[in-house]
Amino acid sequence: MSPAVIQAHGVTRKFGSLTAVDAVSIQVAPGEVVGLLGANGAGKTTLIRMLLGLLDTTAGQVEVLGGPPDRAHRRRLGYVPQNLGLYRDLTVTENLEFIAVSYGATPPSLPDDLARYARTPVSAVPLGAQRRTAFLAAVAHNPEALLLDEPTSGVDVLSSAALWDTIRAQSDRGVGALVTTHNMQEAQQCDRLLLMSNGRLVAQGSEADIIGTTTALAVYSDDWATAFAALNAAGVPVILDGRAVRVADTDPTELDKILNAAGIAATTVPVPATIEERMLVLARVPNAA
Amino acid sequence: MTFGVDSLSVRFGDVLALDNVTVAVKPGAVVAVVGGDGAGKTTLLRTLVREIQPTAGEVSAPAKADIGFLPASSGSWAALTVTQNLDFVGGVFGLTGDDLARRRDSLLTGAGLAKARDRLASQLSGGMRRKLGFCLAIVAQPALLVLDEPSTGVDPVSRVDLWRLISEAAAAGTAVIMSTTYLDEAERAAHLVVLDEGQVLVQGPYDTVRARFRGVITQGTDPVRTQWSWRRGRHRREYWPDTDQPAHLDVVEPDLEDIVIALSLVRRSTVRAAS
Repeated sequence: MSPAVIQAHGVTRKFGSLTAVDAVSIQVAPGEVVGLLGANGAGKTTLIRMLLGLLDTTAGQVEVLGGPPDRAHRRRLGYVPQNLGLYRDLTVTENLEFIAVSYGATPPSLPDDLARYARTPVSAVPLGAQRRTAFLAAVAHNPEALLLDEPTSGVDVLSSAALWDTIRAQSDRGVGALVTTHNMQEAQQCDRLLLMSNGRLVAQGSEADIIGTTTALAVYSDDWATAFAALNAAGVPVILDGRAVRVADTDPTELDKILNAAGIAATTVPVPATIEERMLVLARVPNAA
Repeated sequence: MTFGVDSLSVRFGDVLALDNVTVAVKPGAVVAVVGGDGAGKTTLLRTLVREIQPTAGEVSAPAKADIGFLPASSGSWAALTVTQNLDFVGGVFGLTGDDLARRRDSLLTGAGLAKARDRLASQLSGGMRRKLGFCLAIVAQPALLVLDEPSTGVDPVSRVDLWRLISEAAAAGTAVIMSTTYLDEAERAAHLVVLDEGQVLVQGPYDTVRARFRGVITQGTDPVRTQWSWRRGRHRREYWPDTDQPAHLDVVEPDLEDIVIALSLVRRSTVRAAS
């Protein structure tokens, strides 16, 4: 396997008594798209900031493109922050020119769907087109690795598929990408996933690896509202799924007890758990990992 | 009673933001309106709460005091604490004394905000702030609850919390309509409405939407007809409305994302052909 384009070896970051990132090791290989998942406060942003060289590590080591995240290595990275990092008063073309020049690169030519906004200030451009612009700006200097923070948040599914085309065009030419996301559809676009919780890397691999041993049960009842209320009151991790109710990591016998006590007739069926249910279980038992 | 909009159109200058949209919102059920930026979600919800005048069509909603509305922007006052926010909005709806205290405490406990009651709203995480906005929208036990993107940008765990709160409201008999950019949330709602450029692409319970979907979705490495194909991970999916796919392509069971993309492609090709 080729050497990783982004690596963290046992990286820890403390803020006073808080350990925001705790002994995390990750690698992103060339051409690989890796999704980074975790609830707020899991440590994703702190990790990204250390990978970008914006924050020092307390312990451990960060490497981008075979070296420390200093100016020389950082200019070979492309980064799209969640707020896109565009100048809202400048037009799409002006933004692309400014950002390309600051990297010493040639400004990219606009694809057809963005050409109509060439002379429009970014603040007046639809969100999907803003995201395409930020992405074009981030790849104009032919970076060898990409860091993308929620690249398709808030855009419709068709625009999202178009953005993933451009991300995949980069990975096809060998660029490795680390993508943070809250969107499970987006997670499914990645080759491999990482899950952080309470500063630690708690799972990695495919969607099935992330879900691990988490189980889920669907509860079907004519009186779904009462079933939901009873399970919620009992403190079970419960969500509504259409007119069924889903519970995560709950023993079927215990579930039956709660339903019986509430006088609810229901059918309980094991169903495949989701990544969200794994995260929900982790959040409720902070040291379960 | 059932709320909603009937044959609703809203025009802003040259832009037709909503084009003949009909949506019913029933007590005890969640309607999820899904679509991207500019699809018309916010216009639909704001028309329902009577902040926007319809250009054509009917709006059926209870009196203002019986509507709870969480706007997309904030929904709480940044310079007030969590408790002050609830006391203020509760007060506006005429709640006082023990009634107010009871309602406030039960909402804060239910939303997991009890420990943050003295924090300024500006110092809450994004997820906590949306949960506070939700509590404010529901403080007066409205008959109709309207939530504009309660979960956009919120982390998955807070999203599940929010969904639980929304489910509780529906289980208690409230008519709920919410907008979202997340398809998994729409799939979970009793009734989903997919908006694309101001028009309803499809609506109904997920199972009905799936059952009515016509044509075939295939998966492969190279598209046969580029304009009918889209990226999904390492593969390309392609839509065959007339089920005339070549034999070498694998047919996949479509999910809501495939269905929404396929229907968007059909609608946009029809629009292009007409213009």
